This record gives sequence, structure tokens and C-alpha cells, in this order.
Amino acid sequence: MSVLTEEQTILKDQVSNWVRDEASVTRFRQMRDSNPDFGFESGTWNSICDLGLAGLLIPEAYGGSGMDFKTLGVVLEQLGRGLTASPLVASGVVGASAVLLGGSEDQKRQWLPRIASGEVVATLAVDEKARHGPEYTALAASREESGFLLKGGKCFVPEGMAANLLIVAARTGGQPGDHGGITLFLVDGEATGVERTRLSLVDHRGHADIEFSDVVVSDGNILGTVDQGFELLDKVLDRGRAALSAEMLGIGAEAFDRTLEYLKTREQFGQMIGSFQALGHRAATHFMDMEFARSSVEGALEGIDLGSEDLAKLCSLAKCQVGDFLYNMSNDMIQMHGGIGMTDEFDAGFFLKRARVAEATYGNRAFHLDRYIATEGI
Amino acid sequence: MSDLSAFRAEVRTWLQENFPPSLQNKPPSNQAGRGAKFEGDMETWRLRLGEKGWSTPTWPVEYGGGGLSDKQAKVLREEMRAAGAFNPIGGFGTAMFGPTLLDVATEEQKKRYLPPIIRGDVHWCQGYSEPGAGSDLASLQSFAEDRGDYFVINGSKIWTSGAKEADWMYGIFRTDKSKKYEGISFICLDMKSEGVEVKPIMLISGQSPFNEVFFTDVVVPKENLIGEKNKGWAIGKHLLLHERQGIAGSGAMGATAYGLVEAARDYIGMNGDRLADGALRERIARQKMMAHAFSQTARRFTSEAAVHGPSPAIGILKVAWAKMNQDREELMIEIMGSRGLAWKGEEFNDEELGHVRSWLRSKANSIEGGSNEVNLNLVAKRVLGLKGY
Ligand SMILES: Cc1cc2nc3c(=O)[nH]c(=O)nc-3n(C[C@H](O)[C@H](O)[C@H](O)COP(=O)(O)OP(=O)(O)OC[C@H]3O[C@@H](n4cnc5c(N)ncnc54)[C@H](O)[C@@H]3O)c2cc1C
Repeated sequence: MSVLTEEQTILKDQVSNWVRDEASVTRFRQMRDSNPDFGFESGTWNSICDLGLAGLLIPEAYGGSGMDFKTLGVVLEQLGRGLTASPLVASGVVGASAVLLGGSEDQKRQWLPRIASGEVVATLAVDEKARHGPEYTALAASREESGFLLKGGKCFVPEGMAANLLIVAARTGGQPGDHGGITLFLVDGEATGVERTRLSLVDHRGHADIEFSDVVVSDGNILGTVDQGFELLDKVLDRGRAALSAEMLGIGAEAFDRTLEYLKTREQFGQMIGSFQALGHRAATHFMDMEFARSSVEGALEGIDLGSEDLAKLCSLAKCQVGDFLYNMSNDMIQMHGGIGMTDEFDAGFFLKRARVAEATYGNRAFHLDRYIATEGI
Repeated sequence: MSDLSAFRAEVRTWLQENFPPSLQNKPPSNQAGRGAKFEGDMETWRLRLGEKGWSTPTWPVEYGGGGLSDKQAKVLREEMRAAGAFNPIGGFGTAMFGPTLLDVATEEQKKRYLPPIIRGDVHWCQGYSEPGAGSDLASLQSFAEDRGDYFVINGSKIWTSGAKEADWMYGIFRTDKSKKYEGISFICLDMKSEGVEVKPIMLISGQSPFNEVFFTDVVVPKENLIGEKNKGWAIGKHLLLHERQGIAGSGAMGATAYGLVEAARDYIGMNGDRLADGALRERIARQKMMAHAFSQTARRFTSEAAVHGPSPAIGILKVAWAKMNQDREELMIEIMGSRGLAWKGEEFNDEELGHVRSWLRSKANSIEGGSNEVNLNLVAKRVLGLKGY
């Protein structure tokens, strides 16, 4: 881990203790078993808000604590380790960033303090197919006298069940596939014409399909500039990608630690299974991949903090590097545990399942690989 | 900060006055200290830089080094790059042997060996490996018999890079046959000594950069012993740490010259705004990302080591570096198609003939300086705490 400031170290310890005591994988299992509609326990979310994490990125003037992404990454890694189910990334990072980057002063005052307190759960509703593709936004927003009328559907919206503020990417011009002609809207989750359907995915979190049937949005709820929303959308998504990468790093790091522990305790043929080179070398290779993923995740978070010009590249790199590591680690976690790894009673499956959902969210490796190399002009 | 800007101004002026403009962005293909012999402006530049000590910027001034802080050294690198200047001095001496001497040698030895390394006057080679001692290096047999005030060496070394051109060798030799690790000493010897014979070995690339070295009753004065007798194993291993650190500080070999993207445009061509070959495009992307993540990791390890001290995790950088280089070379010749497999002839250009050789050379990356398997063993044992390695 890179060199942390004193403040970051204190926060890291605080969050990791909390995860151990209150939000461990055991807690996740209880959530899975009780299957709440939102895909997370309200108690867990309340504690996260009490810890001040929902407003971590939000400036003090709007009720948050105004910390940077590097610090956020430290927190998310710890939450990833516990597979902690909460809308922190969707709301405290993606939602908050959308309002921070694109919002007017009024919009910031209206929403940020409530996102920071956790009263409002925000999420970005962007994809309309089972594959990430922001520029393929087709959901129609047609001009009305005083505002827009939204018509269409969004799918696999993260925390779409709990969200009471939907940040919707809609088409106000051009064709699906064009960058131009996309506009972002702030839509009240309770607005007339909004209908959600819960999607049960393997990670048991709160994903939803959301239908918009002639939903009225006033001009005051346009986020950013009409028709020019793609750049904002991409910036917001990059913050989500970097944050999710930090969470994925934590998931992978925990999978790695648990597997390494097993290599040191499980005996076969009269010796620890970790003494077999076939396993030891793979463990060392996972360690290497983890270190590389960590560098790229930190590179993306720092890139946001420093306003790097290469941000798209840095975020795509992070999601790919951590994606590779987590893919291999979550598979090998099961393989190296043998039969017990396949059982529901054991936790390995939770890591695998969450790993794949996180991989698909905000663009998988194929998406980011393409995006990365496109910056080289080939 | 103001000190640093003053230093930056000083460097800039010095470069203006001393770096021959004719050499701008024209680094030599080989460095002094690695066997290169210069003349004209290149030789002038070597002498001036060596005299100033900036070929080894952070080494102490009392031995002829630059005496700079890490921050100043960074400024120097930046200003050199901006001026199109380069360091014409390198090799085993500056990269590994010198730093090791600074850590463990006597005052007298430092005064004797360091200044010529700094100026690039002496070319060192490394005598570690033997026919029977590769990965299991400590099983080496070349024997240095203690005859009071001198040693007499018999035996042989193998895979010794640059031995043909080298002036001196540092190496590890057995001085006690009854103990494995505690019977090894770290000794320097003049390659012109009576009884030293060098036999070149041809590589798969058709080049012959390394050799077998035979010792027959070679007399070496006692003052050439570094550290104590029979305590050379620790010094030898310490030196390899500098080797790995050096690798961590480097990037892809030759990644600055003719790049993959450029080659892909030239040899494959575009289909609209994308490379015409989708599968190769994906592999180029993967390679570029690997190199990007490598440089991020090398930077992170360096800044962490400055605070927490060096970590054995550095071993993974060596493994990753080998893979990165090898993948890159494979990809390059594949992009070039059959032209990437050219052996010789006027039908082929220098890039083609050069890359086929660097591709073949890169196969050694996972063998030299500790093989991949051996490095993974080390990481499994020292970083992960696994038993049996
Ligand atoms: C281009 C080049 C330059 C070199 N330059 C120098 C030099 O200047 N000076 C010098 O002293 N040496 C030099 N070497 C030698 C190099 O350090 C050795 O080749 C290296 O240490 C491996 O030793 P070996 O060749 O005897 O292979 P071996 O040790 O015989 O290894 C053979 C295979 O067995 C594997 N293996 C060995 N032990 C284990 C284990 N415990 N677990 C799993 N697998 C294992 C190895 O990884 C390898 O794949 C150079 C080598 C090359 C290729």
C-alpha cells in the first residue's frame, strides 16, 4: 500500500474495525438470507452514514467532509473486504459526483447535504442493455413547454431499488451511438410514471430495471447542459469506475488473504498444501497481480484528485488491472479450497459472485481495454 | 524548493557549457563501462560528465560521485532529458558493483575501485554462475586457495556477460569446501591476470555477448577480497538486490524507440479509426496496459521503499518485467509478419533485423538475474510466508 497520511491511517483502522465487528461477510450472509428489497440492510447503511462515509467526497459547505478520492479508496477497499452491501458507491460517489460536477448552486444545495446524510440515495441510470455503453443511450427526452418528458427504460441500475434520486441519461438529440445529444436529468424516485422491477442477480444486491412512462422533468432538474451531457456522464462514470475498482481491490485482497491462510493450514500428503510449488507459484503470481492492480487503482484515484488529463486512460487501466486480478483470484479461491470451496456454507462463492457483478458494472474489461487503446489512435 | 530551482539553473548552465550539441538525442548504442570505446565529441562528453561525477549522481563526492540528493538527481535527469543529453557511462560497475562497494567495502577499496567506475574507465563483469551452479548458486566450486597474502584460483565460470571485453571481474569463489554458504568469498580479479582464459558462447540470436571463463592457477592479491573471507555469500546476494532494484527503475527495454503502435500502423494498417487486425489490437492494448501498470508499480515501490525500507516484494517486479519484455518482443515480430523473422540481407531494414534479435535475446529475461521460478519461490517464502521453498 502506498504511504498513507495520518488521517487516512486513522480512517482506515476505524473502517476496518467496523467492518470486522459490524459488516463482515457473515453479516452479508445474513443479508442474503433475509433478502431485503433494497439489497442491503438499512442498519448497515445507517452506520455507514453515521461514520460520515456517505459525505466523504462532499465539501463541508454542503454537509460533507470534503476528502479526496485517495482517502475514499482506502475506505472502499475495507468495505470490499467485508463484501459490505450498501449504496455507498452508487450514491456517495457516483450520485454525489454527478451533482458536484454538473449541478448548479441550487441543485448542489438541494441534494448534496441529503446525499451526505444518507437521507437521499442517488444512483446513475445509464445502461439500457445488458452491456455497458453510455453512448447508446436511447431513452427519449422530448421538449415540453416547461421541461422534458422522459420515455423509455433503463436496466441493471445499481441500487435501483433504494434510490430516491435517479440521475438519468437521456437522448435529447442525435442517434444512439452519438456522443452529442445526451442530457442528464435529476428525477425524483417517487415521480409519477417511474416504475421499478427488482432484478435478482448472483450478488444479491439491489439492482433494478426502471421504466419511465411519460415522466415530467422540469427545467430546474436538468443537470449540466442540454445535448452536451456525454462529457459529464463520462467524468461521473470514471469516478464510479475508480471507486468500484477500489472496492474490487478489497474483495480480491480478502480472497487472497483467506486463500493464503488456507494454504498454510490445510494438510495433504503430510504437508501444508502451500508447500506444493504448483500452488505456491500461483499464490505468488496472484500477489504480483494484486500489487499491479493496487498501483493502477491508486493511479486512477490520484489522477482524479490531481485533475489528470489522462483520466479516462487511468480509470480504464484500473478497472482492467483489478478486473484481471479479481477474475483469477476469485476462481482460484475456489480451486485452492477444493470441495469445500464449492459449498454454500463456505464464503468463497460470495466473492466469486460479487466479483463478476462488479466486473460487469460501469464497463467490463473488454469495454475498458477498447477504450484504453482507442486513446492511442488505433 | 528555492534550493532546487537554483540547482536546476546550475544544471542547465552546466549542460549548455559542457554537452556537445552534436550529440543531442544521439545516445551511443553501448556505454563506457560496458565495453564501448568512444572518440571525438562522445569521448569529450564522457570525460566531462565523469569528471563532474554526474554519471553516478548520488554517489559521495569523496570517491568522485555527484554527491546529489535524490531530489537533485531527479532534477538532473529531467534537465538531461530536456537537453537531449544522456549518460554515456554504465554497466555492472555503476549498476551493481559500485553500490555494493559503497555498502560493504573498506575505505581503501572504495578509493581504489569507485573513481574508474564513475568515469567509465573500467569495464566490470560478473563471475557468479558456474556449469554446476545456476539457480542453486551457492553450490559453486571454483576454488580460491588461501596462500597467506594471496589467493590462487582454479575452476570456471559460465554465462559471464561481457567477459571478453571486460577489464575486471568481481565474483564469488569457494574458500572453504566444508561449508556451503559460509565457505564463499567475494573477490575481484584483473582479467589480464595470467591463467585467465575467456571463450565466447554463441547465443540463439547469433550474437555472442557472453562467455565461459577458465581459471588456471590465477594469482589474486588478498587486498582484492571484499568483506571477510568466507562471508561473501551475503555480499553476493546483496549485490543481486541492487540488480533487481535497477530493473524496478527501468521500464520496458527499448520501449522508447520504435513503438508497437507505430509498427502496427506501418505493418498492419487501419480500418477506419481502428487497427485492421482486431486480435492484435487487443494484444497491443494488453501489452501497453501491462507496461503502464509496471511503471506505476515501480514508482510506488520506490516511494514506499523510501519510507518503509526495501521489500522482498521487489522480486515480483523482476518476474513482471521479464514477462512484459518477452510479450512485447513477441508482439513486435508478429506485427511485422514474416518480415519480423528476417535473419539477414539487404531486403530487410534495421528495425526488422534488430527486432528479431531482441526477440531472441528476450528469452533470457526469465532466466538471467534469477529465473522466474526461483523468484516466485522467493516471493512464496519471504513475502507470503509459505514453507518448503
Ligand atoms: C543472457 C544471460 C546473461 C547472463 N549473464 C550472467 C553474468 O554476467 N554473470 C553470471 O554469473 N551469470 C549470468 N547468467 C547466468 C544466469 O544467472 C543463470 O543462467 C541463472 O541463474 C540460471 O541458472 P542455470 O542457467 O544454470 O539454470 P538452472 O538453474 O539449471 O535452471 C533450469 C530450469 O530449472 C528451474 N529451476 C531451478 N531451480 C528451481 C527450483 N528450486 N524450483 C523451480 N524451478 C527451478 C529454472 O527456473 C530453470 O527453468 C546469464 C544468463 C543469461 C541467459
